[in-house]
Amino acid sequence: MWEAIWLTLQLAGVTTPILILVSTPIAWWLARSRSRWTEVIGALVTLPLVLPPTVLGFYLLIALGPNSPLGQASIAVFGQALPFSFEGLVVASVIYSLPFAVQPIRNAFQVIGDRPLEVAATLRASPWDSFVSVALPLARPGFLTAAVLGFAHTVGEFGVILMIGGNIPGETKVLSIAIYDYVETLQWAKAHILAAGMVVFAFLVILAVNLTDKHLGWLRR
Amino acid sequence: MAPALRPLGLSAAFTGRLGGFSLDVRFEVPGRGVTALFGPSGCGKTTVLRCVAGLTRLETGSLSVDGVVWQDGRHFVPPYRRPVGYVFQEASLFPHLSVTGNLRFGLRRTKAPERPVAFADVVDLLGLARLLDRPVAGLSGGERQRVAIGRALLSQPRLLLMDEPLSALDRVSKDEIVPYLEALHATLEIPVLYVSHDLAEVERLADTLVLMDQGRVQASGPLARLLSDPALPLYRRPDAASVIEATVIAEDPGYGLSLVRVTGGTLFVPGRAGGHGSRRRLRIAASDVSLWRGGAPSGSSILNVLPARITAAEPLGVSAMSVFLALGGDADGEALIARITRKSWDELGFWLGDKVHAMIKSVALIDEP
Repeated sequence: MWEAIWLTLQLAGVTTPILILVSTPIAWWLARSRSRWTEVIGALVTLPLVLPPTVLGFYLLIALGPNSPLGQASIAVFGQALPFSFEGLVVASVIYSLPFAVQPIRNAFQVIGDRPLEVAATLRASPWDSFVSVALPLARPGFLTAAVLGFAHTVGEFGVILMIGGNIPGETKVLSIAIYDYVETLQWAKAHILAAGMVVFAFLVILAVNLTDKHLGWLRR
Repeated sequence: MAPALRPLGLSAAFTGRLGGFSLDVRFEVPGRGVTALFGPSGCGKTTVLRCVAGLTRLETGSLSVDGVVWQDGRHFVPPYRRPVGYVFQEASLFPHLSVTGNLRFGLRRTKAPERPVAFADVVDLLGLARLLDRPVAGLSGGERQRVAIGRALLSQPRLLLMDEPLSALDRVSKDEIVPYLEALHATLEIPVLYVSHDLAEVERLADTLVLMDQGRVQASGPLARLLSDPALPLYRRPDAASVIEATVIAEDPGYGLSLVRVTGGTLFVPGRAGGHGSRRRLRIAASDVSLWRGGAPSGSSILNVLPARITAAEPLGVSAMSVFLALGGDADGEALIARITRKSWDELGFWLGDKVHAMIKSVALIDEP
């Protein structure tokens, strides 16, 4: 049981920073570009929100499998294909949780508007300087929300992991899989402990997001 | 920094479309003093200012400041490399920084040897000492705008751009901030380009006027000359007035008056105008000037009666007449507008070139001493 909890925390802990790193440029582009492609890319990024996790997992399994070009590449680099490994779970989790991180960061960038960046430019700040010293600090609430949601969503993953990770203890057997396992084998007491823990965890997450949103108020004066 | 040999100023031309609006302007700004971009709302003043800062880029543009090309067919210096200070309509302070953090934002990003504007001087000039430790969110509208002006000045600009810095403020905050702007006007070595649609503000602050309408420059030149130019629409406004630079000669504290000299005569103004020799700006409303034919009138309660010559006249509606005067016996003095009835004009038989006396009922000092 503790192995599953520890593995889940590891997965969410590794996934969240990668998720934020990947989401930031996407969110910046979606928030600031006037290209007609923003809505198309925006919809693509939001897709994991609507798709059944099994569908996503199925395609990831094929895309990352040992016979695909991506799978061949990963075999060349890591010596193994990604499915049924911890690394594979990380890749899947980043894609699966993308909308939960991109959306709040994009909103936060949009709330800032053009003005603070124009002010920064007239005060000799280069575009990169403005991004780091004005846009990022002003979008902080969005990043907090993104990190909390991304972490929580990864912790709660089930369908995608079942498809691409299977049920290998210590490697891919995360919390939700463990609960499923306990129920299947009629170990209800252990299932209860994990399930109740998840309820408490989910409540704390929602509370944290609400408090962050309230904190976002200072941005709008 | 070594003083500039000769202030060159700014020379600009921008042409292009922005949405459904077409802009086609060409103008010069002297190397010192305040130049007002004046015109009705929506005439493109703000766009011009944004083009100068590089925040907006039109199809064609050329801009040089102090002889350095910032923009032409081949070059476009990005905004962050242009040494301008920009004060926006809303203060737009960074909410994640303190007042000090805001003030130092631009200062930190300029190279040390190019810093003639010191932090302490700006804090002094704009009265910011009490605000430095306050959070930005707790400042009043006027305080925010003062911090924004200080922040722009500390970025060591060679050109200060101000986009209606008073228009978002209420009456009280405006009155609070105008003296600071006038102090700036008196101390700043750099040219200021000031966008406004409020003529009273322009009369108080500007030296040069660029008059805009529907994306075009109608006229540009010294403020006093343009205000009383019969070819321009300014004299037709109900609040039309002449602005005249004056030198204080003497004070008469007993009567609460000061005597000032203008080109073409002397005038009494209410209140204490400052020490002998100080320069002040007077405003004389066209409706406060009437004309007297023949020699100097005696037995009038009006203190200020000056000889003048009629240089032009334009009817204003059915009943009124705008009469343009040059002050002084030799008519070589300041320009002054009088608004009289057309009936008086006809009955007294005034005509161009006539020598008259301008009877000035009221003179106002419009800058702070």
